Amino acid sequence: MNPKTVEQLDQVTIRFAGDSGDGMQLTGARFTSETAQLGNDLSTLPDFPAEIRAPAGSLPGVSGFQIHFADHDILTPGDQPNVLVAMNPAALRTNLRDLPLGGTLIVNRDAFTDRNLEKAGYTSNPLEDGSVAEYQVHAVPLTSMTLEALKEIDVSKREAERAKNMFALGLMSWLYTRPLEGTVASIERKFAKRPEIVQANVTALRAGYAFGETTEGFATQYEVRPAPLPPGTYRNITGNQAIALGLVAASVQSGLAVYLGAYPITPASEILETLAGYKHFGVRTFQAEDEIAAAGAALGASFGGALGITTSSGPGIVLKQEVIGLAVTLELPLVILDIQRAGPSTGMPTKPEQADLLNVLFGRNSESPVPVVAASTPGGCFDAAIEACRIALKYRTPVFCLSDAYLANGSEPWLIPDPATLPDISTAFAEQADHEGAFMPYLRDVQTLARPWAIPGTPGLEHRIGGLEKADGTGNVSYDPDNHDYMVRVRAQKVAGIAADIPELEVDHDEGADLLVLGWGGTYGPIASAVRRVRKTGGKVAQAHLTHLNPFPANTGGVLRSYDRVLVPEMNLGQLLKLVRAEFLVDAVGYNRVRGMPFSSAELGEAIEGLL
Amino acid sequence: MSGGNGHGPLVQLSAKDFKTDQEVRWCPGCGDYAILAAMQSFMPELGVPRERTVFVSGIGCAARFPYYMQTYGMHSIHGRAPAIATGLATSRPDLSVWVVTGDGDALSIGGNHLIHALRRNVNLKILLFNNQIYGLTKGQYSPTSEVGKVTKSTPMGSLDYPFNPVSLAIGAEATFVARSIDTDRKHLTEVLRRAATHRGTAFVEIYQNCNIFNDGAFDVVKEQKENQIRLEHGQPIRFGAEGERGVRQRADGSCELVDVAEAGALLVHDEHQVHSSLAFALSRLAHTPEGPTPIGIFRDVERPVYDELMAEQLEAASESRGKGDLGELLHAGDTWTIA
Ligand code: SF4
Repeated sequence: MNPKTVEQLDQVTIRFAGDSGDGMQLTGARFTSETAQLGNDLSTLPDFPAEIRAPAGSLPGVSGFQIHFADHDILTPGDQPNVLVAMNPAALRTNLRDLPLGGTLIVNRDAFTDRNLEKAGYTSNPLEDGSVAEYQVHAVPLTSMTLEALKEIDVSKREAERAKNMFALGLMSWLYTRPLEGTVASIERKFAKRPEIVQANVTALRAGYAFGETTEGFATQYEVRPAPLPPGTYRNITGNQAIALGLVAASVQSGLAVYLGAYPITPASEILETLAGYKHFGVRTFQAEDEIAAAGAALGASFGGALGITTSSGPGIVLKQEVIGLAVTLELPLVILDIQRAGPSTGMPTKPEQADLLNVLFGRNSESPVPVVAASTPGGCFDAAIEACRIALKYRTPVFCLSDAYLANGSEPWLIPDPATLPDISTAFAEQADHEGAFMPYLRDVQTLARPWAIPGTPGLEHRIGGLEKADGTGNVSYDPDNHDYMVRVRAQKVAGIAADIPELEVDHDEGADLLVLGWGGTYGPIASAVRRVRKTGGKVAQAHLTHLNPFPANTGGVLRSYDRVLVPEMNLGQLLKLVRAEFLVDAVGYNRVRGMPFSSAELGEAIEGLL
Repeated sequence: MSGGNGHGPLVQLSAKDFKTDQEVRWCPGCGDYAILAAMQSFMPELGVPRERTVFVSGIGCAARFPYYMQTYGMHSIHGRAPAIATGLATSRPDLSVWVVTGDGDALSIGGNHLIHALRRNVNLKILLFNNQIYGLTKGQYSPTSEVGKVTKSTPMGSLDYPFNPVSLAIGAEATFVARSIDTDRKHLTEVLRRAATHRGTAFVEIYQNCNIFNDGAFDVVKEQKENQIRLEHGQPIRFGAEGERGVRQRADGSCELVDVAEAGALLVHDEHQVHSSLAFALSRLAHTPEGPTPIGIFRDVERPVYDELMAEQLEAASESRGKGDLGELLHAGDTWTIA
């Protein structure tokens, strides 16, 4: 056996793809964890079908997981994989087009049976007919080698076969010099009650690793050195996990109990499920009969002094808008999380889009201003959730917090913050009469224009609020024309005034740049990485990314006007573009794609270069 | 009854303490006035401090009710009051939360919220003012209007088969279901008293006269007392001017009206029967109030209360896992440290 050579790489993108039943998400998650432990920077993106179990071996049943890891800081899960692991013909067929020529292809040769080939729509075996000739192909009999390795272990053939993903993980772990201990420990935890399954999986894992070491098929092992990340303790986190943690943090930092009203919907359900596990933080989760009730219950809890929260995605948000309109006029805190997905209507439930922006801003009857915050990265979802709660509590208003299916399921290393550094977002309830011995529920704070929040149980402050227009101050029902005009304006002014209480728009300027790329939300990674790419080749381009979309940071107009050209890439048909053109009279142009996929930095790089 | 509020000695309140300074704006002669008066005079007896009492309503004539009660209140949106009240009641089990709704609000646009509130058994008191018409929108037929009702939106008569609110509530697993009449102060007050002390969701249908758009809809029952089948727990069910008529259960479980003189054993009312079949059978005696109609408490059974269960889970979680520590939570799972 030839000694193996070890080669250093600065970054790698691997895609694991297989049938939904092949355990690709778990394989990807474990590889991610091993990679995180090694100190690489990383970014991941799962790609799974909306169907729970599409027919085995079929094209719609393919589930994928991509990880990009590097010895430097990175911003996206990678445009294209360098390595594709395909567990069956369907996975090969749906993913091969993304693998650049010359890329590494590892396939489970055993799965390329006539039946599977037919299900994937192949008329001949691509491993034999020259279709993959231009790739570095490793056709490994993963299934049979797994069965062979497990023949002494007392598990059924079916169970043994299912361990083939661990064999593949072991092989990939060897190929990229990842440690196995974490995976072993996690298998032991997961199957604590079934020692034979632990043994089967661990054996397959180690067998895969040993296969890499001994086979001549793999001559080179690769290393990716740790990335120089800022010091501190890290964990890997998805956007949805970060939101759940952010909401708990907001509860602790405000001293108010979270009350989450939610109705299951992809891709937001995970927030409900995660928060349901945090009851020891006093978190109440209420799975309502529908989206309307979910929002209504959260608002009812807010009326009672809780931190009322409701989560959903576009199809649910449209149903909640009625309650949100009520919250606007009641001037009570309510945080609405919209994990955007491709639409309209049911659309593509697991795929990201940024096309709810105009709906959250304008999708209610009449003048109904609501502040909007948007997360930019999976880890940034934590801060966005806290910021939305802060604004809601301080200004007594519903606040939208936007994420999307890409941020929700994508993951990255997250520098765990010290709770002591989190903002104090506490607010005071009204406790006594505020006007000549009486309580006026709509007597506003002169600075924030927020009204007092008097919760039931407070003696002497009994009051009634409702959806009918209210007289300024007293809150009594009023049809007075001038009062209505005033109330409409003051509600708008209250929200507009938040601009003074949020950070200015920061620009990553490039000396000599006259083009600004302006983004918002989940496109941050691809945009920033495209900007880097352009700069590397000498292009001059500035970048700014909005996390507050209503109101905009106070300096936004000034920033936009200071560049000759403004490019606004969005995963919609130009919603922020419309807003900035209308609001600031700048002749910005859009780059718009709605493919249910994150932008690639290559396409954005080209779009930028086209404007230089 | 006790009702200490923790803020000092309980002051004995009177009906006028529950009146607000807002001018009541229902049409003169509307049944809502009588219900409001009954509620205001009954509240002091309940002993719950005003600040711990909340009225939540949706949209409709009845939905103005909270504005007239000197308690906390919310006049919300059409049909959603049970959902909003559920959020309030489940997060604040210390409050006495009342929902005031109408037939359109509760049974049409808000039907989904109503049935789910009932099955969950949240600690809510739901008062459905049934006038069998849309009043606030000026007289369209409602989901309790009789078939063939001629209204502005049904010039040739309505085609909809109506709901019987009591049957619906029983079918939706309600633990307390009653029916009363706006102008029968004594009966209404007694039903409200029972509803208030019920643990869980109490549903009360109140026949309410809309003298503008559906005047006299309940006169057959209200004015002709012999048509009121008054349900009394533990008593054989009899009605009629002299109590000469009664209710008997058939072999198939359904109920029928009989002459006492000719009938054998009459049905003895049992509010607490766990199975809802009896209460349901009674509710079927009159689908709409056009003849002898049962009045009173159909059903009053115990079932765990949602908000109490929710609070118990929170306590159990804190006990078994310790009170949540944010730093610990943020560090949960696989972590690594970079020096
Ligand atoms: S319309 Fe009918 S229900 Fe409404 S206030 Fe007038 S009388 Fe009462």
